[in-house]
Amino acid sequence: MHAIVCIKQVPDTTEVKIDPVRGTLIREGVPSILNPFDTYAIEEALRLKEQFGGKVTAISMGPPQAIEVLKEAVAMGCDEAILLSDRAFAGSDTWATAYTLSQAIRRLGPFDIIFCGRQAIDGDTGQVGPGIARQLKINQLTYVCKIQHIDFDKGEIRVERLLEEGREVVESRLPALLTVVKDINQPRYPTFKGIRRASRMEYPIWTAKDLEGANPAYFGLDGSPTRVVRVFTPPPRSGQTEIIQGETVQEQAAKLVEKLLAEKII
Amino acid sequence: MALLQINREECIGCEACVAACPFGALHMDEERKAVVDDKCTACGACVDVCPVGALSLPEVEAPAAGLEQYKGVWVWVEQLRGEAGSISWEMIGKGRELADQRKTTLTACVLGYHVEHIAHQAIAYGADRVILVDDPVLEHYRTEPYAAVLVDLIRQYKPEIFILGASTRGRDLAGAVATEIFTGLTADCTGLDIDPETGLLRQTRPAFGGNIMATIICPNHRPQMATVRHRVFEMPAPDHTRKGEIIRVNPHLDEEAIATKVVDFIREEGQVNLADARIIVSGGRGVGGPEGFEPIRRLAEVLGGAVGASRAAVDAGWIPYAHQVGQTGRTVRPDLYIACGISGAIQHLAGMQTSRVIVAINKDPEAPIFKIANYGIVGDLFQVLPALTEEFRKRLHK
Repeated sequence: MHAIVCIKQVPDTTEVKIDPVRGTLIREGVPSILNPFDTYAIEEALRLKEQFGGKVTAISMGPPQAIEVLKEAVAMGCDEAILLSDRAFAGSDTWATAYTLSQAIRRLGPFDIIFCGRQAIDGDTGQVGPGIARQLKINQLTYVCKIQHIDFDKGEIRVERLLEEGREVVESRLPALLTVVKDINQPRYPTFKGIRRASRMEYPIWTAKDLEGANPAYFGLDGSPTRVVRVFTPPPRSGQTEIIQGETVQEQAAKLVEKLLAEKII
Repeated sequence: MALLQINREECIGCEACVAACPFGALHMDEERKAVVDDKCTACGACVDVCPVGALSLPEVEAPAAGLEQYKGVWVWVEQLRGEAGSISWEMIGKGRELADQRKTTLTACVLGYHVEHIAHQAIAYGADRVILVDDPVLEHYRTEPYAAVLVDLIRQYKPEIFILGASTRGRDLAGAVATEIFTGLTADCTGLDIDPETGLLRQTRPAFGGNIMATIICPNHRPQMATVRHRVFEMPAPDHTRKGEIIRVNPHLDEEAIATKVVDFIREEGQVNLADARIIVSGGRGVGGPEGFEPIRRLAEVLGGAVGASRAAVDAGWIPYAHQVGQTGRTVRPDLYIACGISGAIQHLAGMQTSRVIVAINKDPEAPIFKIANYGIVGDLFQVLPALTEEFRKRLHK
């Protein structure tokens, strides 16, 4: 069994501050972390390896320092890790990112399953997973909260997908790409042995040249149909907070209900 | 027809491609040359292993036609068991505005089985034209056939703008279609408008956990595609006297060729769709345990709302993940959000801070949730909630 996990280094968006004058993101001092959804993707791949044998390859695209998230993946138990890093990839939108990752995946040799997190917490698009699946012409199963059944010999998979109305059970064929939600598992912590292994490992860095046969016109900004034209801070929530006072909770409740009925939202 | 090209002169009959094909689409003919059949998905696995380079695939094509050939605004109308999602009518309402600004037509794409009634609804809500693809293969939403149908339609009709709801289905589908077409896609928009100078669609969306907003355009590819969040745009009022054209398209789909099958749908009892909910009552660490959600459920029931939860409550195992609101759960935008025993961590705020009215109930007057709430009650939720439920019951069910 060969599972591939696509992971991303993201700024911890809960630590992001806004420059109040220029209205831009202050990135200095914001810690970079492994995208939280990707930890579930890694965990699920590792569980399959434990059950069926084989290997798990982690792959990421980003600046050289993104090696840190690959180290984390290896410390958790991934066998190999590859970084795609090149100035030529800079400015990639989701289309170009999916193209570049899929080109690299093709060069990793045969695979049975690809895992991605539901979305990355910086861009929040959730588009790269489906993009990779389409580039590789394999089945995509998004928002997966459980693998009910998997048989690599027969090429079968049955999963539950968490939709707005409930959980949809679908069967499909392998190889397939799964994007996973938090509900799927409880990710493990890196072990001491894993951390040691991760710190000693070599991390191949693939550049555009290594993706021989790929069309360079589809890398980076050239391969990105979208352009960001403006970035701004969202308007703050307007209005003050009104704290409802009262002698008794009944009085507070009555006052609050009165106000909410006046808002005409109920 | 398979996209794979095989140069018979160069093929040496080594069978490397046959072994590499994940789909069993290649075999050797009597002259020991590789031949491909319709199972080929053009995945390229064989191209990489052929030692003599006898196999090739056509390159992904950029739109060859001029951008000005692309006209009209399209909306995908999603449906579940023959019932259209309200998010689609919100899209039709916005699509109508965009079409009027661009002085063009609004087309609704209705895919499903026995869904003609939805085509008529789409016209009532504002579509000029409906492309109706009614086929048993399309009964349940599945990526492969839905994407295949829409890709074909886009190539044939060349719309300028294509918007979809940012539901799980919409995001699944839009990503597949935009990749195939090689066009830009902006996810989860909260604003769409037309640039008066360039005529381009300006797509505005939150990023970095809602810390910033970005406006994105797609200047050189068509259609300009976007998914839009639930409950951002007004639901238009239907006008059943409106007239429109319905174009029926036969998709020529083969169930046998589709790998994915929907085998079951599991609904949790009493679960209300958070994305569609107008009112959400949410519980956090302060509810103290699974039974602490009881007063929350009772209030939600009286209000006809849904039950939400913070990450703390979900991680403690008090309520299933499907209820989680916030960065690693769902993003919601109800008219009324009542946060009970939720301190208001930034990850939670990212998922609900665009709600119209926010009410916070918390023992701790310093809880950050009070900073973004419109109304707050400092107190014990186990006393406040029953009082509130009783008061609403009196006022609403007289």
